[in-house]
Amino acid sequence: MFYREAGDFKTSYRDDNQTFPIRLDRAGYWIALFVAFCVIPFFVNDYWVNSIFAPFFIYAIAALGLNILTGYAGQVSLGTGGFMAVGAYACYKLMVAFPEINIVFHVLIAGGITAAVGVAFGLPSLRIKGFYLAVATLAAQFFLVWLFNKVAWFYNYSASGQINAPERTVFGVIVTGPNTEAWAKYMICLVFLVGVAWVARNLTRGMTGRKWMGIRDMDIAAEIIGVNPLMAKMSAFAVSSFFVGIAGALFFAVYLGAAEAGESFGITKSFLVLFMVIIGGLGSIFGSFAGAAFMVLMPVLLKNLLVGTMGWPTEIAAELEFIIVGGLIVIFLILEPHGLAQLWRLTKEKLRLWPFPH
Amino acid sequence: MTTDMNADSYVTEDGRTIGPVVMDLKNITLRFGGVVAIKDISFNIREGEIRAIIGPNGAGKSSMLNVISGFYKPQEGEVWFRGSKRPQMKPYQVAQQGLARTFQNIALFEGMTVLDNIMTGRLNKMNANLFQQAIWKGKAEKEELENREACEKVIDFLEIQHIRKTPVGRLPYGLKKRVELARALAAEPSLLLLDEPMAGMNVEEKEDMSRFILDMNDEFGTTIALIEHDMGVVMDLSDRVVVMDYGKKIGDGTPDEVRNNQDVIDAYLGVSHD
Repeated sequence: MFYREAGDFKTSYRDDNQTFPIRLDRAGYWIALFVAFCVIPFFVNDYWVNSIFAPFFIYAIAALGLNILTGYAGQVSLGTGGFMAVGAYACYKLMVAFPEINIVFHVLIAGGITAAVGVAFGLPSLRIKGFYLAVATLAAQFFLVWLFNKVAWFYNYSASGQINAPERTVFGVIVTGPNTEAWAKYMICLVFLVGVAWVARNLTRGMTGRKWMGIRDMDIAAEIIGVNPLMAKMSAFAVSSFFVGIAGALFFAVYLGAAEAGESFGITKSFLVLFMVIIGGLGSIFGSFAGAAFMVLMPVLLKNLLVGTMGWPTEIAAELEFIIVGGLIVIFLILEPHGLAQLWRLTKEKLRLWPFPH
Repeated sequence: MTTDMNADSYVTEDGRTIGPVVMDLKNITLRFGGVVAIKDISFNIREGEIRAIIGPNGAGKSSMLNVISGFYKPQEGEVWFRGSKRPQMKPYQVAQQGLARTFQNIALFEGMTVLDNIMTGRLNKMNANLFQQAIWKGKAEKEELENREACEKVIDFLEIQHIRKTPVGRLPYGLKKRVELARALAAEPSLLLLDEPMAGMNVEEKEDMSRFILDMNDEFGTTIALIEHDMGVVMDLSDRVVVMDYGKKIGDGTPDEVRNNQDVIDAYLGVSHD
């Protein structure tokens, strides 16, 4: 009844090209941004940041990265964990080597290094496709984790084999290390997430995104109408790895504070992010957010429900959590194979006509 | 009035100007292992004309089109484009030179909207770099809006305004064919290759498509080379026709000449048994 485009006239192509062409969507977007930046930071505590906001924001960045590669460009990757590790270790080395430079630049440069590594491991995609490419990226995953465990230079020869984030500030506010305040952690993750999402949206709505989707939908036709497959695939690997690298750097420096390659960036990370992308919706920016939210929030919600509300023992609840989350994933994929984003799209289409569907 | 069709340029009966040779194929031979798909074929395509390639199934027509669009590399022979010999090129480089094509079985990007498909056709007109596109300011946005306008002209021309924002996967066959034509036309090609643009269509759709092809040629001056099985359509539309059979050229000329060529009658239209 309220959600409709009647009377919302577009008089220029710029209006028509907007990310949110419907007025209500646009309003919702600005309200969400306002709440995220100006309301929540004043109320968050450590629990909310550490168990919900920080992992949600960081995984959403990683999911956006993987969605560009797998959802938009159609190149399946199982190397996300490995690329996150590259971002984390690059960020660590930079933080230690250049303490006087702002951490924001370290995170961005770490993303750039990950992009270069991603392009190198993406080269096989020119020859192999589908499952075979997935196996090739799996090699990247295992090689990178092995490398960071084996070569002591990467963890500065520390006895434990771990990397620890030193204390760093942005505008005088501590953002890494054990003394970080909850709202500072929240804000730095949020700023990066909004930046990444904005760039992702701009790239996917323009010619770069069309080239990626062309390669995904029909690579031969794309090449014949003028898409250079080398450039399209490599740019997808570069942008995707850049985002994943930023996620890895934040995951280590801001969220964990200390990390070890095999434990923090193992194959399970790759699968987790891939599940987020599939459940959220391939080829959708919103889907990356929805998928990350689902995979981060669902376990927390279930734990609160089972332990908090129903009073079950923690161990049993922990086991059950896996079963229920797994079951929910299967149910979701049967109900809507195109993910939460498609569900959202259908809901909106219905809403446009509601309550008079004819 | 007689027209000298060998002149540098001439005016057709219906008043269109046919210019000099755009694409000249010289002694093309294409082999797949032991199979000879195209045997020593030469013909040319002149600016502004509608050139048809016909022949029975398996005659090598689509292979010929694939040679022109750079997808197959002929073992022998030369491809001359706009007066210079074309070196070995990747298909996307050929596209950058100003060739566009459609496919026998539709090759659209199913997951994208009609508008995005058509915009993709203009990719050689847009050259904002990755960074400019990432921040969506200046060149990237300006180019997007300019090219959108050009695409809207094509959309208006092919009468597909109502499905602009529909994902291509949801469209019926006839509309998909039209969208594919739109994508090729949006590139403003100097030579447009159509591979069976009317395959699987009913009479009405064929008439629509014929009208679009003629209008395209007339209004934009697009040079068109097409493969088609419907003899009526071919004879009505085209200025000149190449006839192929078993990889060889057996006829070349105006529709009337081809229609009266004994080899063509024997090979394509069937030998009369009496």
